[in-house]
Amino acid sequence: MAIDKEPISKGISPSVPSWSQKWSRNASLELPQVSIAEGNVAPAAPYRSAAPGIITARTEDLFAMARKNSLWPLTFGLACCAIEMMSTYMANHDLDRMGVVTWPSPRQSDVMIVAGTVVKKMEEPIKLLYEQMPEPKWVIAMGSCATNGGPYYRSYSVVMGVDHIVPVDVYIPGCPPRPEALMEGILRLQDKIQHDARRYGGRTAERPPALPGDDTGSSS
Amino acid sequence: MALLPGPLTPFQPEVTTALDEVVITVTSDQLLKACDVLKEDASLSFDYLRCLSVVDYETHLQVVYHLWSREHRHKMVLKVDASSESPKVPSVIGVWRGADWFEREGHDLFGVDFEGHPDLKVLLLYEGFEGHPGLKSFPFHDYQEW
Repeated sequence: MAIDKEPISKGISPSVPSWSQKWSRNASLELPQVSIAEGNVAPAAPYRSAAPGIITARTEDLFAMARKNSLWPLTFGLACCAIEMMSTYMANHDLDRMGVVTWPSPRQSDVMIVAGTVVKKMEEPIKLLYEQMPEPKWVIAMGSCATNGGPYYRSYSVVMGVDHIVPVDVYIPGCPPRPEALMEGILRLQDKIQHDARRYGGRTAERPPALPGDDTGSSS
Repeated sequence: MALLPGPLTPFQPEVTTALDEVVITVTSDQLLKACDVLKEDASLSFDYLRCLSVVDYETHLQVVYHLWSREHRHKMVLKVDASSESPKVPSVIGVWRGADWFEREGHDLFGVDFEGHPDLKVLLLYEGFEGHPGLKSFPFHDYQEW
């Protein structure tokens, strides 16, 4: 049964925008002047007329909304960045309102905030912690040291960025970054989670590899 | 305090001053005896090793002991020279117990062999690290990203 067009009936909002029209937040909302007498019809949206008030979404989007609003970071700090990270968790900056709850175990954590200098002696523990975290998982490299070695660049004992060990989603510059910068990084990670769900969904084969040479993707 | 502490006269040390401290340089075979005198002598009684550091002068290494007396509240510096090729210095862990980690760090970073140390394993570096990064001859990291 072809339901291309259906006549506007009583009780159904006629202001359903056309999907071909580019929607913009700044566009003024103008209700179309319609009247049944002129023969205007609403675009095809059978669920709208069948059950008004119900919206549909893909499960990937819904999962991403749930995931990004309850990011539990693994509690560990390596250097002075951890002081700023603790300050961000405290009441003045209050990450709880973004759903960020620190968790003292990698088994239930979603995001690893690498806060500080990654020395080569710490390489194995970080790799172990990352592998202990369940999928999906994300990594934030906080500060210059975790990004590329920072002031210890080409030192004998420091890894040149934590992305040599684990795939990193968000880099936060600063030495150390202010709590506002960490909050911005977490917001960026939330955007990324939602964007990845929209773009790739559950199709991991289309996701770009997290590390060069790693064709399995960052999460499955 | 006289520049040369009387009880140290038998060691014929080299005495200088730096800032507000008396600096005494002894040879490595006299070190343990000198340390015993410095700690046990009632007029000196240096019972606290403030710091132990190693300096690389390229021609030789030098181990520097910073001492403090809690009783007399005075301080001094003791220095020992060691050769660059095979730096060997007797361990002062029997005199000042706190020298334990200092000497392990000096062994890590400069390769100084503190003879008599009970457990001279790596403290700061990881197991299997090659070379002594504190030495000036240690090569710059060969990592190149671009």
